[in-house]
Amino acid sequence: MKIAFTAAGKDWDAMIDPRFGRTEYIVIYDDSSDELSVIDNSAVKNEAHGAGTATSQKIFELSPDILITGNGPGDNAAKALEKMNMKIFVGAQDLTLKQALEAYRKGSLKEC
Amino acid sequence: MTNQQTFKIAIASGKGGTGKTTLSTNLAALIAEREEVVLVDLDVEEPNSGLFFNGTLVHEEDNHNMTPNWDESLCTLCGLCQEVCNFNAIIQLGTSILVYPKLCHSCYACSELCPVNALPMEPTQIGKLRDYKLGKLHYVESRLNIGEEQAVSSIAKTKKYVAEKYPNVSLAIFDSPPGTSCPVMEATKDADYVILVTEPTPFGFHDLKLAIETMHELKKSFGVVINRYGIGNDEVINYCKAEGIDILAKIPNSRQIAELYSEGHLIYPSFPEVKTALSNILEHCLSIKEGERI
Repeated sequence: MKIAFTAAGKDWDAMIDPRFGRTEYIVIYDDSSDELSVIDNSAVKNEAHGAGTATSQKIFELSPDILITGNGPGDNAAKALEKMNMKIFVGAQDLTLKQALEAYRKGSLKEC
Repeated sequence: MTNQQTFKIAIASGKGGTGKTTLSTNLAALIAEREEVVLVDLDVEEPNSGLFFNGTLVHEEDNHNMTPNWDESLCTLCGLCQEVCNFNAIIQLGTSILVYPKLCHSCYACSELCPVNALPMEPTQIGKLRDYKLGKLHYVESRLNIGEEQAVSSIAKTKKYVAEKYPNVSLAIFDSPPGTSCPVMEATKDADYVILVTEPTPFGFHDLKLAIETMHELKKSFGVVINRYGIGNDEVINYCKAEGIDILAKIPNSRQIAELYSEGHLIYPSFPEVKTALSNILEHCLSIKEGERI
C-alpha cells in the first residue's frame, strides 16, 4: 500500500504541509518496502493559478492508495482526485509525517 | 482637427478604495454638462459607477468566454493539451481529460494544437454588458456573473463595444479595476492617458509604486491624483516630485465627501474646490489630447 503525504520537508520528522495544491513536497511511503520517496513540488510556487489541478495530476501519476494532508484539497483538486480510487484523510497539519501515520493507523484522522 | 478618434482616459490605482470611481463618475458628469462623453466601468467584478447615474438602459447583451470542450470520441490521449496549458486548466488523468473552465484563459493553445481537433472552443455566458444614457452621458458597464473569475475577455469586449458604438465621442473615461494584474493591463493598455488615483498613506504609496511600474512597462503616459489629501504623510508627493511625475490634483480628505459618495451622490456640485480640481485634471488631459504637454 502506498501512502502520500503533503509535506513541508523530506523525512519522517518533517511537518505535514497543510496545503494540498501548494505543498512543498509530496512524500510517498510504501509499506511493502518500508521506503520513503520524495517528490519536490516547490515549482508550483510560480503558478498564479491552478496549483490544485497541477498537484492533482502529480498525485494521479503516483497513484497512492491513501492521501494524508492538512486543510484538504480545494474544489478544483477535489474534482480531479475523485476520479481516483484513493482515500483522503485531512486535519494532520500539526503533526509530523511519523505522527500523522500513527494517527491514521489509530483511526484518528478525518476522512474527507 | 484631423484626428477625430476618441481620446481614452483610464482611471486606475494599484490600491483599491482610493477613489477611482469617485474621480471617474465626477469627471464624466462634469464633461457631460457640455459635451457627449462615455463612462465605461471596466471593473467587471464589481462595477459600481452606475450607482451614481439613474440612466435609461439602451442596450444589453451577453458576454462570453471561450473554453475548450473535450470530445472523447476523437481524443487519442496524446497529452499535448495538458503540456501546452500555462494555467493548469486542462489535465489528463489516465484515459480522461478534465477541463477547468474557470482556470482557462481562452488562449486557444490546447484547441489549436490538438492534432485531432478533440478540443473545440465553445462559448459560455459569463456576464452581461449594459449601456445606459443620461443626457450627454453614456454609461457602459460589464458585469461578471457571481462566481466567474476571468475578467479579461469581458474587459476587451467592452472596450470594443465602446469603440464601435461611439466612434465620434471625443472623450471616454475607463474606470479600471484595482491592482496591477491582467485585468488592469487589459483595461489600461490602449488608453491614451492614465490617471493613477492614490491616497497619501504608506499603503497608497506602496501600491502606487507598483501601478507606476506597470504603466512604465505598458509605456503609458500618466499622472497622479492624490485623494484624501491631508491624511498620512508626504511620501507620495516627494516621490512624484523626485520622479518627475505630474500630480494633477489633490482632493481633500473630508467626511462630507465620504457621506455624499456613500449616498450615491456626485461630489463636485457641493464642493467648488473639487470642481476646480476636476477642471484642472480635464484641462491637463485635453492638453495631452492636443499634443501640447504642459
